[in-house]
Amino acid sequence: MATTPVLPKLVGERVKRREDPRLIQGRGTYVDDLKIVGMQHLAFKRSDVAHGRIRSVDVSAALAMDGVEAVFTGAEIAEMLGPMPIGTPFPSPPHRAVAADVVRYAGEPVAVVVASNRYTARDAADAIVVDIEAFPAVVDLERAMTGQPVVIHADFPNNLAVPFVPSGTGVSPDGTVDDTAINQAFAAAEVVVSQRMINQRLVPNAMEPRGVLAHFEPGKGSMTIWSSTQNPHILRTMIAAMTGLGQDQVRAIAPEVGGGFGAKINIYGEEYVAAVVSKRLGIPVKWVEDRSEAFVATTHGRDILGYIDIAATRDGKVLGLKMRLIADIGAYNMLLTAAIPTLTMLMANGTYDIPAIRTTLTEVFTNKTPTDAYRGAGRPEATYFVERAMDMLARELKMDPAELRRRNFIPKDKFPYATQMGAVYDSGDYEKALDAALQACNWPALVAERDAARKDGRLVGLGLAMYVEVCGLGPSSSLPTGGWEHSQVTIERDGRISATTGASPHGQGNETTFAQMLADQFSIPLEHITILHGDTGVVKQGIGTFGSRSQAVGGTALHLAGGKVKAKMAKFAAALLEAHEDDIVFENGRVGVRGAPASSKAFAEVAGYAYVPVPLPPGLEPGLSDEAFFEPANNTYPFGCHISMLEIDRDTGEPTLLKLVAVDDAGNLINPLIVEGQIHGGLAQGVGQAMIEEAVYNDDGQLLTGSFMDYAMPRATDFPRFEMVSTVTPTPVNPLGAKGVGEAGTLGSTPCIVNAAVDALESFGVKHVDMMLRPEKLWRLIHGPRQGSGQGGRA
Amino acid sequence: MIPTTFDYVRASSVDDALARMAAASGAGKFIAGGHSLVPLMKLRLSEPQLLIDIGRIGDLAGISERDGKIVIGAGTVHRDVATSALLKQTCPVVAECAETIGDPQVRNRGTIGGSLAHADPSADMPAVMAALDAEIHLKGPKGWRVVNAAAFFQDLFTVDMAPDELIVSVQFAPVKSAGYAKLHQRASHYAIVGVAAALEARGGTIVSARVGLTGATSHARRLAGVEQALVGKPLSDATIEAAAQLAADGVGDVNADLHASAEYRRAMIPVFTRRALQAAKARV
Repeated sequence: MATTPVLPKLVGERVKRREDPRLIQGRGTYVDDLKIVGMQHLAFKRSDVAHGRIRSVDVSAALAMDGVEAVFTGAEIAEMLGPMPIGTPFPSPPHRAVAADVVRYAGEPVAVVVASNRYTARDAADAIVVDIEAFPAVVDLERAMTGQPVVIHADFPNNLAVPFVPSGTGVSPDGTVDDTAINQAFAAAEVVVSQRMINQRLVPNAMEPRGVLAHFEPGKGSMTIWSSTQNPHILRTMIAAMTGLGQDQVRAIAPEVGGGFGAKINIYGEEYVAAVVSKRLGIPVKWVEDRSEAFVATTHGRDILGYIDIAATRDGKVLGLKMRLIADIGAYNMLLTAAIPTLTMLMANGTYDIPAIRTTLTEVFTNKTPTDAYRGAGRPEATYFVERAMDMLARELKMDPAELRRRNFIPKDKFPYATQMGAVYDSGDYEKALDAALQACNWPALVAERDAARKDGRLVGLGLAMYVEVCGLGPSSSLPTGGWEHSQVTIERDGRISATTGASPHGQGNETTFAQMLADQFSIPLEHITILHGDTGVVKQGIGTFGSRSQAVGGTALHLAGGKVKAKMAKFAAALLEAHEDDIVFENGRVGVRGAPASSKAFAEVAGYAYVPVPLPPGLEPGLSDEAFFEPANNTYPFGCHISMLEIDRDTGEPTLLKLVAVDDAGNLINPLIVEGQIHGGLAQGVGQAMIEEAVYNDDGQLLTGSFMDYAMPRATDFPRFEMVSTVTPTPVNPLGAKGVGEAGTLGSTPCIVNAAVDALESFGVKHVDMMLRPEKLWRLIHGPRQGSGQGGRA
Repeated sequence: MIPTTFDYVRASSVDDALARMAAASGAGKFIAGGHSLVPLMKLRLSEPQLLIDIGRIGDLAGISERDGKIVIGAGTVHRDVATSALLKQTCPVVAECAETIGDPQVRNRGTIGGSLAHADPSADMPAVMAALDAEIHLKGPKGWRVVNAAAFFQDLFTVDMAPDELIVSVQFAPVKSAGYAKLHQRASHYAIVGVAAALEARGGTIVSARVGLTGATSHARRLAGVEQALVGKPLSDATIEAAAQLAADGVGDVNADLHASAEYRRAMIPVFTRRALQAAKARV
C-alpha cells in the first residue's frame, strides 16, 4: 500500500507569507489601480496658512478649465455634509471636511475640484484663488494652554480640548480625588527623580498614501466605497450615517492597503467628500493622496509631553509615580484622537507593582495637523515615560538598571493583576523576559565591552527597557464600535475553504496565519484555503485591524467558526461512513473513522455530499458554512525587554546604534516568521522615533519636515542586525493563547535607545535627553555648557 | 506631486540638444536622470514647458583616461562612477563620493553632470571636483568653454553656465591620495558638511594640497587657508591637525536649517576637514 504523505502541522511553523509574491511583484490592486467607466477625479485645494478666516474662494478660473466637471467650496460641501463625528466621548468643536469659515492648520481643505483626470483636477485646484485673513498661529502646546496668542476654537478656552482628567490611586470612578496615598508615597520617599520629557510628533508615512473611490449608483440607490483603510466596516457605518443611506445600502471595500500604522483607522473628510460628491453628481469619483498631501493631511502620531516624578526608597523600591501628561492633538479631534493619551494613563504601571500612581491628562489644540493613533498608540508613550524614569532612578541610586526593575516587577504569581489604572493584566512573567534578554545579549560581556571602549575615549552606552502593552482590543465595554470580531468559514463543494474575517489586514499577514490555523483544524493543505477580508459585501460583520487585535480576537472568531463547521461536517461524514460523529477524524485531507483508516473518504467527497445530500441525514440542513462572533472577556497584555548598545561620535554628536536585542512575549505564536517581521517593523519605527524622526513646525505653523528630504524615514542602513528572542506566556483570554504583536516593537526599543544615549553621555553629567537624538543636540551636550537637564536645543 | 504640463523631446546628440534648446526660446530645460529637476517639477517649483532629454546621448556617458586626465561624461550615472575600476585605481575619492550619494535608486539614475549643474549647496560631488581642480567642459551656441570647478560654483543653485549651455564632461588629473568625509543629513543623505581633500607628498613633505568644502555655505568652495597651511609641511598628524583647525576661518554666511545651526555647521568644518585629510594621508 502506498504511503500517504502526511500533512505537517502548520501552526507554530515559519510559513512564508502568501501575500508577498503578489505584493513584491507589483501585482496587488490598490485604490489607485481601480477604474470605473465614467469615473472622475477629485483634487483638494488646501490652505497654505495655518490659521485664518476665509474671506473668499474664487473658483471661476478652475470652473472655466476644460475637463472640470464641478468645484465645491467648503460652504457648498457643508450643504451636503454635516460636521464630522468623532469616536470618543469627549467634547469636540465642529469639524468640517472642507473648511467654510476658518482654517486651523496648513493643509486643511478649502475647496474640492471634480475633473476628468487627475492632472486637470490638480491644475484646477491650483487655479482656485483663496483669500485668507491670517490669524496668529499657536504651535507650542504649553504656550497654547495660556490662550495666547490666540484661541483656536471659541468654545474651548485656553485651547483646552480636555482640561484635566485625573486617574490612578485615589481617583474614584465618580471623579472624586483623594491625594492621601500619593502624597504619603512621596513624603515617605528617600529619593525623588523628576523630569520633563517630550514624546515628539511623528509622521506615520505608510508606503501607500490614502485613497478613496466612491461610486453611488442612482439606479440602485446604493454606494460602494473603496478606501485605503484599516477598518472597512467602521467606514461603512460612518459613510452610511453621513450620507443618509442605510448600512445595507453601503458597501465598503479595503482593497490592497499599503500600510496604515494607525493613521488609516480614522475616517477622513476626503472619504466623506468623495461619497457625497458621488451621490450628488451620480458618478464615481476618486481621490488619491499624494505624498506632499500625506505629510499634512493624514493624522500625525505621538506628540505628548510628560512631567514625570518617581519616588523610591534608597534600596530601590518604587513607592509612587506621578505622570502629568499634556497631549498636543493638533487643530481638531479626529476619530480616536482624544482617547489615545488615555491609553498612556492606562499603562502607567508598566511592568511594576507601584503602590501609588497618579496620572493627569490635559489635551490641547494647536494649529497643526491633528494627531491620532500611530503604531503603539499611547502605550509607547507610557513605556517611554516609565522606563526613562526607572533608568533615571537607577542612575540616581547607582543601581544596576536590571536589578532596580527586578525589585519592582509585578510577581508572576500575582496574575491576573488588577492595576490601579483600571487594567487587568492577563498573564505575565517579566523576570523571565528580563533574564532572557540579559542572557541573549550577554550583559556582563556588553558591560565589559562598553567599559573598554570608554577607556579608549569612546562614548558608548547601554540601555535596557521593559514594556507591557495592551492588545487584543478589546471588550465592547472599551470600544464604541464594539470590541468583538467576526468570521464565517465555508467549506466549498470542492472541499476547498473560503473564510472571511472582520479583521482587515494591511501588512499583518493574516491571509497566511489564518490559513495555517484552518489547515490544521481541517487537516487540508494551506493552498486549499482562501482568507477573504476587507469587503463588507463579502465579510458580513467586522470591526477592523488596530490595537494588535487581529490574531487574538479575529483569529479566535475564525477558530470558533471553523469549529462549528467542522462539527457539522463530522455529522455528514458520520452518515456517509455509517459511524458515530464523535468517532470522525480529519487526517491528511481525508475524513474517516477513528481506528479504521481504510474506510476514510476524501475531504472533498464529504464536502460534495453536504451540498448534494442524498439522502439528507435527519436533523441536518444542507451546506457547510457557519459563523462566529468572538467577544473577548479582557484585553491581552504582551510584554518584553529590549536592550541596546549605542555609540556617540565625540566630535560630531552622531549616534550609531550598535546592537538591539528584543525579547518579546506575545503568548502562543501562530507563525514565528511573521511575528519576527512584525517586531522588525515595530523596532524600525521605534528606532526611527528615538534617533531620526521628528515632525518640526515653525512658529507660523508650517511643517518644515514636509517631505522625505527633511523627514527621515528609517532605512535598512540605519539599523544593526536585530537580535530577537521569544518567550511564551499564553493568555487565558482566548483559546489560542495568542496576545498580539503588531505594535510591540515600538514600545521597548525607543526608551532603551535613549537610556543607552544617556548612559553614553554619563561622563558629561547628562541625566536626560529628548528624542530625536539629533547629532547637534548631542554635540552640544558634549561640547556646550553642561546642562543637567539635557535640553540640548534643536538649534 | 503632479507637475504642470510640459512637452518632451529626446535629443540624439549634444548638438541636437543645443539646437532644440535654442529653438525653445528660453522655455526648455535639459533633463538626464531627473533626480534634481523632477522633484522640483512635482512640487511645481520649476515649470519648464519643454524637457530636452539628454539621458540617451550615447557619448555623453562614460569614464575614460585621456592624456593623463580622467574624463567623465556628464551623463554618467553615479552608480557607474561609484563602481568604476579606473576611478577606484587612479582616483578612488571620486568613486567613494559617488557611493555616498542618495540611495541605489538615486545612484542608478542621477548623473554627475546633473548634480554639478544643479549645484545644490549640500551636494557631495562639487566638493570633490573642487579638490581635484577639475575642469568643467561646457558647450553652448557659441561653442566650447572650460571652467575651473572652484570658479564654476558661484552661489546658491548658481553656476557659471548659461541656460543654453550643456555640461559635456568633467576632466581632472587623478589624485590617488584623496579622501572625502561628510556629515550625513539623515533624511536626504545630503552633506550637512562635506570636505574633500587631495594631497600629494614627496619625501614626507606635502607638495600639493587642495581642499573642497560643500554643505556649509551657499556653494562649494576651496579652503585656501587649509591648503596653504599644508603645502611645504611634513605630512604628519600634527600638520593635518593644525591645518584643519583653520578650516572654518574666513568661511562666512554659514548655512542654517532645521538639521544643523550655523554654529554647529561651522564647528563641523574642521572635524570633517581633518577626516578628509586623514583619509587622503592614508593613501599617500
